[in-house]
Amino acid sequence: MNLYGKAWKYGDNVDTDQIIPARFLVTSDPMELGQHCMEDADPEFAKKVRPGDVLVGLKNFGCGSSREHAPISMKAAGVSAVIAKSFARIFYRNSINLGLPLFETEAAERIERGDDLELNPVTGEIRNLTKGETYRAEPLPAFAREIMAAGGLMNYVAKKQGLGKTAKPTASDYDPQRD
Amino acid sequence: MRPMTITEKILTDHAGKGDVHPGELITCRLDMLMGNDITAPIAIREFEKVGATKIFDPDRLAIVLSHFVPAKDIKSADQCRIAREFAKKHRLRYFYDEGRGGIEHILLPQEGLTVPGDIVLGADSHSCTYGGLGCFATGVGSTDLAAAMITGETWFKVPESMKFHFYGRLAPWSSAKDLILYTIGQIGVDGATYRAMEFTGEVVERLPVDQRLTLCNMAIEAGGKSGIVAPDDITLEYVKPRAKRPWKVFRSDRDAVYHSVYEWDAGTVGLQVACPYSPDNVKPLADVAGVEVDQVFIGSCTNARMEDLRIAARIMRGRKVAPYVRCIVIPATHQVFQEALREGLIEVFAEAGCAISEATCGPCLGGYNGVLGAEDVCLSTSNRNFPGRMGHPKAKVYLASPAVAAATAITGKISHPQEVAAWEAGP
Repeated sequence: MNLYGKAWKYGDNVDTDQIIPARFLVTSDPMELGQHCMEDADPEFAKKVRPGDVLVGLKNFGCGSSREHAPISMKAAGVSAVIAKSFARIFYRNSINLGLPLFETEAAERIERGDDLELNPVTGEIRNLTKGETYRAEPLPAFAREIMAAGGLMNYVAKKQGLGKTAKPTASDYDPQRD
Repeated sequence: MRPMTITEKILTDHAGKGDVHPGELITCRLDMLMGNDITAPIAIREFEKVGATKIFDPDRLAIVLSHFVPAKDIKSADQCRIAREFAKKHRLRYFYDEGRGGIEHILLPQEGLTVPGDIVLGADSHSCTYGGLGCFATGVGSTDLAAAMITGETWFKVPESMKFHFYGRLAPWSSAKDLILYTIGQIGVDGATYRAMEFTGEVVERLPVDQRLTLCNMAIEAGGKSGIVAPDDITLEYVKPRAKRPWKVFRSDRDAVYHSVYEWDAGTVGLQVACPYSPDNVKPLADVAGVEVDQVFIGSCTNARMEDLRIAARIMRGRKVAPYVRCIVIPATHQVFQEALREGLIEVFAEAGCAISEATCGPCLGGYNGVLGAEDVCLSTSNRNFPGRMGHPKAKVYLASPAVAAATAITGKISHPQEVAAWEAGP
């Protein structure tokens, strides 16, 4: 299923303190975290982001702390995917575990704020509808795709362990494009 | 068998197979898991959401309340309660509340819960600290922790290793903090992404365990998956009286293959400072000396062990914090606090006019106990200075060693320890 949204463009080293400042880590409630997503880097973001929009960064996106509150706040704010030239390791793992698609490509440079994008998480294809260009990100490793297909790491593990109770969707699994 | 790095050997040992190669995806059993008051509540929610009822081994999960304790507000009190109730329910032996614990990355080695040869998975990015004991330790998010609590395993992509070799002797007053700041300045905040950082050389071999932990603590600031120092007699002397489990010593083979090797003369590194707004914006102290500060923070998982407090107290003894400057000292664990009390260090800080608190991460992440305002300039012994890290996004944070921090508190501007303690020889 393809994803559609407008690009929100940032630079190198967008770190987790900018994505969700520590003063908001007194809660893990996704809706509350979503209201403060990117607040210090871009106070406009949480107010104006639309369901399906795409965050675009350059080098080392998501560096810094291990707080899962970062991808949780993005998902709750309506972000459908992140595109960057490179991702920090823990953010990458967290996003896969939560089922937030990532696209790693040098072409992140080409994308500007407000560009209309169409993304295919399976093939890694990115169509920039505003510029009429197509870019290709490395598809996720098969293992990561399995986790995403299961709806995240916990469902994947629950199935393998025969816990028989795959999680009901909660606010943290809120998928703006499904509603 | 092909020659391997210490990291490859530990991963091989835990993957239950003969050999692992960089780039390979493997599943490893885990020796110790860790969550804190911010990350554990999400892990607990995920754990319970899928209907899990048993931790694979409750003695291999440590929950440490560290970031917002003693509770800074109602929400953090409620958040701590989630972790505390879970610990009670599952009868966790290694649950640490305020007054008994401290910052997890200093606490776990201190309590002998991380030992050489381990694989440690911690839901906090500075979990790489434990590598200072010669184990493979890495930070993950809460969901990875939740899954590992059920299975006792996790997946890793075997990292390539980078070798950082320090020869010669440390310059006067310089320490592991200067070596790691220098390293990050050289390779950048993404210079070691996905890779293991191995620290070697005669200088590292002479470092006490406290400083080896500092070295590995900031591997994540270069994007590293882990930092590691091979265990030796100094390590084992530290580990033996504390270890709660048997340990296993691994060392890199002489002809192991590295992604890259850096060799630096520690004597020329000298004192280093990371300037706003990134841990890789590193300059020699001389380039920023004289910058006026409003606050000095001596604390965090990077630099708040006994070694750190001793050097700071040595500089501050009999002196006063500069007028209109504030200095906050937070020993990393309750035990460090007690030891510092017995040694008279707390009195030195109190006499100097420092604010002193019970162990917490507090101001390092802009939590509480020293949050910065928009115009504030702070010199801190912690590990990150991204915009907003310690408070207002405009506040400026400089990162340096405890020696530089103590001298800076006394003069009110970024200073070389010699300026304050001119007649005293460096350590």
